[in-house]
Amino acid sequence: MAGRHLAGEDATGAATGSTGDLTRMSAAALAEALAAGTLTSVEVTQAHLDRIDAVEGSLHAFLHVAHDEALATARDVDARRAAGEPLHALAGVPIAVKDVVVTKGMPTTAGSRILEGWVPPYDATLVERLRAAGMPILGKTNMDEFAMGSSTEHSAYGNTHNPWDLDRIPGGSGGGSAAAVGGFEAPLAIGTDTGGSIRQPAAVTGTVGVKPTYGGVSRYGLIALASSLDQAGPVTRTVLDSALLHEVIGGHDRRDSTSLPEPVGPLVESALRGRTGDLTGVRVGVVTELNGEGYQPGVRARFDESLDVLRGAGAEIVEVSCPHFEYALAAYYLILPSEASSNLAKFDGMRFGLRVEPTDGPVTAERVMAATRGQGFGDEVKRRIILGTYALSAGYYDAYYGSAQKVRTLVQRDFTAAFERADVLVSPTAPTTAFRLGEKLDDPMAMYLNDVATIPANLAGVPGMSLPNGLSDDGLPVGFQILAPARADERLYRVGAALEALLEAQWGGPLLDRAPELPTSAAAATTTAAEGSVR
Amino acid sequence: MSASTHGGTAGSVLVDYDDAVRRYDPVIGIEVHVELGTATKMFDAAPTEFGADPNTQVTPVSLGLPGALPVLNRTAVESAIKIGLALNCQIAELCRFARKNYFYPDVPKNFQTSQYDEPIAFDGYLDVELADGTVVRVEIERAHMEEDAGKNTHVGGATGRIHGAEYSLVDYNRAGIPLVEIVTRPITGMGDRAPEVARAYVQTLRDIFRGLGVSEARMERGNVRADVNLSLRPTPDAPLGTRTETKNVNSFRSVERAVRYEISRQAGVLDAGGTVIQETRHWHEDTGVTTSGRVKSDAEDYRYFPEPDLVPVAPSRAWVEEIRATLPEAPVARRRRLQTEWGYADAEMRDVVNAGAIELIEATVAAGAAPAAARKWWMGELARTANTEGVELADLPVTPEQIGQLQGLVDSGRINDKLARQVLAGVLAGEGSPEEVVTARGLEVVSDDGALLAAVDDALAAQPDVADKIRGGNLGPVGAIIGAVMKATRGQADAARVRELVLERVGQG
Repeated sequence: MAGRHLAGEDATGAATGSTGDLTRMSAAALAEALAAGTLTSVEVTQAHLDRIDAVEGSLHAFLHVAHDEALATARDVDARRAAGEPLHALAGVPIAVKDVVVTKGMPTTAGSRILEGWVPPYDATLVERLRAAGMPILGKTNMDEFAMGSSTEHSAYGNTHNPWDLDRIPGGSGGGSAAAVGGFEAPLAIGTDTGGSIRQPAAVTGTVGVKPTYGGVSRYGLIALASSLDQAGPVTRTVLDSALLHEVIGGHDRRDSTSLPEPVGPLVESALRGRTGDLTGVRVGVVTELNGEGYQPGVRARFDESLDVLRGAGAEIVEVSCPHFEYALAAYYLILPSEASSNLAKFDGMRFGLRVEPTDGPVTAERVMAATRGQGFGDEVKRRIILGTYALSAGYYDAYYGSAQKVRTLVQRDFTAAFERADVLVSPTAPTTAFRLGEKLDDPMAMYLNDVATIPANLAGVPGMSLPNGLSDDGLPVGFQILAPARADERLYRVGAALEALLEAQWGGPLLDRAPELPTSAAAATTTAAEGSVR
Repeated sequence: MSASTHGGTAGSVLVDYDDAVRRYDPVIGIEVHVELGTATKMFDAAPTEFGADPNTQVTPVSLGLPGALPVLNRTAVESAIKIGLALNCQIAELCRFARKNYFYPDVPKNFQTSQYDEPIAFDGYLDVELADGTVVRVEIERAHMEEDAGKNTHVGGATGRIHGAEYSLVDYNRAGIPLVEIVTRPITGMGDRAPEVARAYVQTLRDIFRGLGVSEARMERGNVRADVNLSLRPTPDAPLGTRTETKNVNSFRSVERAVRYEISRQAGVLDAGGTVIQETRHWHEDTGVTTSGRVKSDAEDYRYFPEPDLVPVAPSRAWVEEIRATLPEAPVARRRRLQTEWGYADAEMRDVVNAGAIELIEATVAAGAAPAAARKWWMGELARTANTEGVELADLPVTPEQIGQLQGLVDSGRINDKLARQVLAGVLAGEGSPEEVVTARGLEVVSDDGALLAAVDDALAAQPDVADKIRGGNLGPVGAIIGAVMKATRGQADAARVRELVLERVGQG
């Protein structure tokens, strides 16, 4: 990686942008400055910790901030760099990690009461890789409980607020990671995406999120929601930064049986190539079924404009139909709860986390389990456990889980057929911009519909990216989704970086430059929440 | 309708076993779990050492910690394939694991990773030989891989059982140990021999596990555990009756006793007009009875579904054939082959098997002895010696190679049978190899006619009246002269040659 010029004009531009603040620099720019010795990791890490202290009262993106550990890592990296040790490209660049990823010695709750106070005795593989790369971990980010939700409102530890409008949701389940990156608390974050939990928050916060090919990033140490759908990936502000982070966390892991054997592709190279803005010969497929009814007019308008941009870059735009996507959401809401009902069985108060003993009657294992789960899980988690238990029950299995798996196969076939006609597929990431906090909390179906465009990729295991696609009529960010065939993640980076470069040229800079300044006192959050939007 | 129709055991009495099997046809089914002797667990790098301190042989995976994932142990799969092949099963070209969901504290994830409708091995059989030599073919439905659970210890109660206990301790060292579960098809038509068949089946499986080297298969450590299903029906033509499943019967003798007991108990229930309840029963080694455990009903729903954390197992045909090539011969097949090769009668072979002499004879034959001679030694002189000293044949201080040498000396005429017994005594006494004993004791046959003739002449001279009778054509007393010659040569003469010389000397040759 040494010698590769990563940041380029755009990122350095951001570094010297309106604020002159290092928290606004891209990870690539920070990496260059650290390598050049113009910045130290301690300076960079401290700046982000200061920013967290300043805006957490407004955003509540973090469940745990690891001041001391982050600075200790930063000092260590600075010392190693001073000693002339060869370091990873991202060494010294701090990162936030979604709280569904286990971190040794650092509390991990998955947004649930049932894991309150649990300190894992081991690191997830991807965390080991972050540590090995010398990346200070700033802390753990908020999320919907066990990653069940599209708004982060199902966290047991309070809402996270959208940096664009504190009255609005930051998306979910990875709203914490998206808000932390969008709110300049962290240059990079780790998210997980089971049905859109990286991409949808990225869309509604004006950030970049990538769900790699299933198996591309080890799941060892991810607290499982739905094993066959879960995938960890980067949450960043630029496409190049995602590529850099993806290369750190990706690649085979023998502790995850579903991990792909081959190394990650040339992602950074593809992003750098894409930034030239030339997409000559690239076939871009527009998925008919992901761009129609139910999509906000502003969302559709931005999407259509971006298609013109791609066409202008030399891409060939083709229309493709994926007829079975219509059933993807229904299948997803059978497969996910089924797997989740089993994955979440281990949370029983017997070995770790919350343990509730019944106050009346005998204290038997069964009654402790029931009491612990009754008090430890939130309503959305219980709803999905009940759904999944039902769907897997004898006599219902074939009709529900069995049928859902058949739909899954059909969705995969749709993708296979579509990728014969197109190199990448595109759609709006989410049908709407960020909705208001509380707006859909009592309507699970409305909440579930947020993921209609992101879910097919999880069912098929193909990679997807969401990148900023401008603002809708309501002034809120819209996301542009790119999907590629399995194991062809590099295509996301080439097309994504090209579109990003061309759009930013139109906008005169990153979309996030247009986000409002956040109130920077701890008291601000309660005030703004009471007053409404800060925009 | 009497109250007993919805009966159960209450009120009914045990029926005398012989009476029970005269009037009912028992059907058995056996599930055997064997713990594989792999160095690490089924899905996990945790070690499997027996007897370690509680909860020391664990990792995040075997504790079911959040985020941990299973990875399949290749050696365990290989062992499962070996077992499948030894049981004449088909080996699946592709099979998956499944999750068996149920809440219990000794199951760390609250599901057991097992195989459900896609076992690694299926449709096999095992030929089992009973004590009288009858061979029974037991059909194998399937053999599948799964992980063991942890172990609960209930503290504070009188019985060590959960009822009445103050608290329970869980040791997860055993959680995740690889198991293969072997399930038979219903074993029918055994009549009064059902208990014996059950025992012989489990015993044969144990021998196979050891022969394959897949498990130490120590019953007392619970390496091999049997669940015995039993039902009765009035006649062999009747549909199968309701079965009970007696769990964790952990010795060969107990397998036989448990089947016997259940036959008597169920006959009692049926005689009383009651119905057998489909349930799990516990075997009590001390009292020799089974007692009711939990009732199995259709309500028990494990919500099986394919384990999404593991990829399907697809053993290549080349690998399966490679494994097959390394398999030792099946016990019954090997006996049949050897019996044919050796030309033993059925009864002879059975005695050899029962005496545990099969390997000894095989090695003796390999050392050059004729099969009949090898059998004669091991089942004759040596069996008597072992019996007198109260030891096993294999524990006698003589090797099959030495018996082979001994027989070689006989075959070459250097010693006769009588001398050979003396040589063997010397070998057993630790005097060295047969050759060394012959030399040291001077036991070689005298084959020099000159020396023998002198002895013959002496004998004839010493018994003139006998010599006259022989000269007169009465050959009856010739034995007396031979005996005298043998005595004079301390048994080292070839008796046949002595006879020839005697007859020659008296003009009858």
